[in-house]
Amino acid sequence: MKPTNLQGPDYYHKVVDCQYACPAHTPVPEYIRLIAEQRYTEAYMINWESNVFPGVLGRVCDRPCEPACRRGRVEEEPVAICRLKRVAADNKGDIQALLPAVAKKNGKKIVLIGAGPASLTVARDLLPLGYSIDIYDDQSAAGGMMRSQIPDFRLPEVVLNEEVNYILNMGAVTHFNSYVSSLQEVLDKPYDAVFIGTGAPKGRDLPALPGRQDGNENIHVGIDWLSSVAFEHTSRIGKRVIVLGGGNTAMDCCRTARRLGGDDVKVVVRSPFADMKASPWEKEDAMHEDIPIHDNHVPKEFVVEDGKLKGMIFEKVEAVYDKAGKRSLLPTGEDPVFMECDDVLVAIGQENTFPWIERDLGIDFNKWDMPAVDEQTFQTSLPRVFIGGDAAFGPENVITAVAQGHQVAISIDQFCRGEKVTERPAPNFEIASQKMGMHEWLYGNDVVDSQRFIVPLVDKKKALKNHKVEVELGFDIATGLKEAERCLNCDMQTVFSTSLCIECDACVDICPTDCITFAEDGEEKDLRTRLSAPATNQTQDLLVSKTLPTKRLMIKDENVCLHCGLCAERCPTAAWDMQKFFYSESQVGRTCKK
Amino acid sequence: MSYIKPSFRHPDLPSNDLGYTKKDYEGVLSTLCAGCGHDSISSAILQSCFEMSIEPHKIAKISGIGCSSKTPTYFLGNSHGFNSVHGRMPSVATGANLANRELTYIGVSGDGDTASIGMGQFAHVVRRNLNMVYIVMNNGCYGLTKGQDSATADIGSKSKAGSVNIYEPIDLASLALELGASFVGRSFSGDKHQLIPLIKAAISHPGFALIDVVSPCVTFNNNAGSTKAYDYVRDHLDATSTVDFVPMKKEIVTSYQDGSSKEVTMHDGSVIHLQKLAEGWDPLDRESALNALHTARNKGEILTGLLYMDAESQGLHDMIETVNKPLNSLAEKELCPGNQALQNINESFR
Ligand SMILES: Cc1cc2nc3c(=O)[nH]c(=O)nc-3n(C[C@H](O)[C@H](O)[C@H](O)COP(=O)(O)OP(=O)(O)OC[C@H]3O[C@@H](n4cnc5c(N)ncnc54)[C@H](O)[C@@H]3O)c2cc1C
Ligand SMILES: Cc1ncc(C[n+]2csc(CCOP(=O)(O)OP(=O)(O)O)c2C)c(N)n1
Ligand code: SF4
Ligand code: SF4
Ligand code: SF4
Ligand SMILES: [Mg+2]
Repeated sequence: MKPTNLQGPDYYHKVVDCQYACPAHTPVPEYIRLIAEQRYTEAYMINWESNVFPGVLGRVCDRPCEPACRRGRVEEEPVAICRLKRVAADNKGDIQALLPAVAKKNGKKIVLIGAGPASLTVARDLLPLGYSIDIYDDQSAAGGMMRSQIPDFRLPEVVLNEEVNYILNMGAVTHFNSYVSSLQEVLDKPYDAVFIGTGAPKGRDLPALPGRQDGNENIHVGIDWLSSVAFEHTSRIGKRVIVLGGGNTAMDCCRTARRLGGDDVKVVVRSPFADMKASPWEKEDAMHEDIPIHDNHVPKEFVVEDGKLKGMIFEKVEAVYDKAGKRSLLPTGEDPVFMECDDVLVAIGQENTFPWIERDLGIDFNKWDMPAVDEQTFQTSLPRVFIGGDAAFGPENVITAVAQGHQVAISIDQFCRGEKVTERPAPNFEIASQKMGMHEWLYGNDVVDSQRFIVPLVDKKKALKNHKVEVELGFDIATGLKEAERCLNCDMQTVFSTSLCIECDACVDICPTDCITFAEDGEEKDLRTRLSAPATNQTQDLLVSKTLPTKRLMIKDENVCLHCGLCAERCPTAAWDMQKFFYSESQVGRTCKK
Repeated sequence: MSYIKPSFRHPDLPSNDLGYTKKDYEGVLSTLCAGCGHDSISSAILQSCFEMSIEPHKIAKISGIGCSSKTPTYFLGNSHGFNSVHGRMPSVATGANLANRELTYIGVSGDGDTASIGMGQFAHVVRRNLNMVYIVMNNGCYGLTKGQDSATADIGSKSKAGSVNIYEPIDLASLALELGASFVGRSFSGDKHQLIPLIKAAISHPGFALIDVVSPCVTFNNNAGSTKAYDYVRDHLDATSTVDFVPMKKEIVTSYQDGSSKEVTMHDGSVIHLQKLAEGWDPLDRESALNALHTARNKGEILTGLLYMDAESQGLHDMIETVNKPLNSLAEKELCPGNQALQNINESFR
């Protein structure tokens, strides 16, 4: 094998599993260590720079970091990365003085259509540089679906308001309750660039299902219903509610219905339970609130009698998978199932729609009738129009919208300065030895055994009474500290110098998880079978040294390294060193005062 | 400095026939100097016992005094252990072994502990063919007392402080052969591929098995000019053959070329495969082993591998016909067989 290329940040970046998996590449272990030192404000600011909404995301993030977390491969459960973010947000001090200063206006004017997390991120990144920003949104306040869709019992309004306002207070000019019905009209105004961050605002319905029209009064499209609850146009629902769908929207619908008078709320989904799109923890939360989930039921009919919805009929199916793993739902032949209900919430997906974008503006539309967007620059074929967030590639989540917002800000800035949008600033990275003494490190390198701590919940009765009561109480300080200790500090890289190694085997002998091997050279596939422990996790790289004096190579499998530093402690020549690798994703300008 | 090893292990750690993983054979975290060769030997002992599926409580570790003699704390934490007096490991091992013949005895000593203060005891335990593995962690110095030359330091070898040794060295492998040892091997702490099968063979061998393991002292004897430094040893290694140990229960899968290999079947049915044999050397011929050692030494080389083995060896218990069971399992009935038995014995002397 060739020695690992350690030029640039790529290799070590990938070792920090959580940060690598985070769409915005939040420096997770760095903020977790700050929490462990009770430096909550700094922990918050590290988050704020990367993901803009730490208080929000510490509650509702889809947390792709957690399934990636190394701890989950070493023991049962990953670090509660997301809930630790909330600990930082809950316990931080006043951050006003730490926010970036806003430069003198630079004469460039940008318009953002939609005020969701994607647009707000663009605003946050560009306002400090002196851009003038107008924001249009058809809702009465900013936040997009974070406000209209994510229910209060998961995300209290005060938390959202605080973080939205940090951005708006930098001087964005907002136009709420203003639906943009023509892009042409916007383009006619003297804006230097236009950003479309309108999300995926259309909920799918079942227009052709028998009874749909007749039962209309009691059949609601999930996301429309959630936003009417959020904006307080709806405050009640029938006692018996059927929620159709198996995604996160269905979970929010059923839990909201439980709080607005639904005593007998059930979720009915076509697919098997295991294939449902909702995150496992959201399914758990729904079931915890006494909401049964009926899987393998396909809706066949809304039963309406005397103009009143009585219930629904379902066909029972089973999932059959072909050789390619493609699923089909085949009827089991059992009798159709009738379920009584007063209301139905249809939560079977969302779509993008752009009825307000004229098709003759020079913006190319693809075969799905969606505007074609460049995946790196988010530019459309009309150079001054950019699209990001759910509007660009369909519904995702808040953190993806934020990550894309940062990239859009870079593109707009390049564009407005007359530079190529394909030329992007490099990410920042630093790597620094943590050696403090013979065997002392600047970070706490002992590995604790504790299992993942559970976030306490508010009493269920109390929670179900009022849809504004937040269900999760968050970790208290003491539990937060204990959970923070579980982090393995994966950014503390094991850095190897071939020239210093005397091949004494000390690191091989001490490594608790058999990461290190000295072996004869070979192809990677073969080498992976010849290591101290077979390296079967192909997604994890091997760190490969240059050829050693005995003609062997040092090979380290990154997979389950505990970053405990014992290899470096036992190395007589400091051929191993523990070095902190700090990576921050490229952003436009610097967004924070140091 | 870490004093506790994290408790997590590789999730795919294999288990042995007893269902144990390597973790069940570990000891506490070593306090030896970082990079000390002794730690590698500890790890080889641990690996050998794990792979041979020996129940940890059926092993006794016995040592003298020295950095080397400290190592039993760092492996086989679930086994019996006796850290004895300087140079006196053999007599403690002899006593323990005579009392309980059912344990595997692993003696750990240093070159100081064996070739200086313990020389007398060493000679006698070899002669008696006590059933044990005797590992000398040989670094050419007294590591624990700050690196004074030991009796195995080569003439001309330079210490860290710059002084040059002027006395003849004792070659423990040759000496053991002269004293009638029934199993003699030599190895290097930095070569586990060779060391592990040697340890396994030594454990299987009924009788006294010496393994002299060159084990650099990184702190006091790893300098330029020292003949026990990592670099020097690596440059001067010369193996009799590669060693492959196939335990009795396992099927032989590797195929070996004729002429360049030899198979030695051990007392318990295990087989040692030796590949690429040194010229004129036969592992079953004591004289050829002595010759090979002399030749290598004259060439300035360190001859490693299995040097000699007596496939017919009988341990001390068989030589002196002791009772078949551990003494602690003998009940009153066996210990006091009654008046008639005494009369019979008396009769036999008439
Ligand atoms: C029920 C539900 C629950 C969710 N829960 C989570 C969760 O827990 N965690 C998570 O990470 N993500 C969640 N999501 C997804 C997340 O909310 C979105 O992915 C994210 O908000 C997308 O951000 P955005 O900026 O692209 O668009 P949006 O947040 O959708 O914002 C777009 C804004 O543009 C406005 N708009 C649209 N068209 C126009 C127009 N023509 N003129 C003016 N304004 C317009 C919309 O009203 C909206 O305010 C959830 C989504 C739903 C539906
Ligand atoms: C009776 C007695 N004499 C002297 C000593 C001092 N002493 C301790 S260790 C040692 C030498 C150890 O050398 P070696 O056996 O080679 O072990 P190493 O530390 O090199 O592994 C000596 C002389 C002692 N502990 N007891
Ligand atoms: S252990 Fe810590 S640094 Fe490593 S992946 Fe998990 S959260 Fe990230
Ligand atoms: S830091 Fe070193 S000793 Fe610790 S697990 Fe990783 S490779 Fe092994
Ligand atoms: S002094 Fe030498 S023998 Fe003793 S622990 Fe240190 S390196 Fe090993
Ligand atoms: Mg010594």
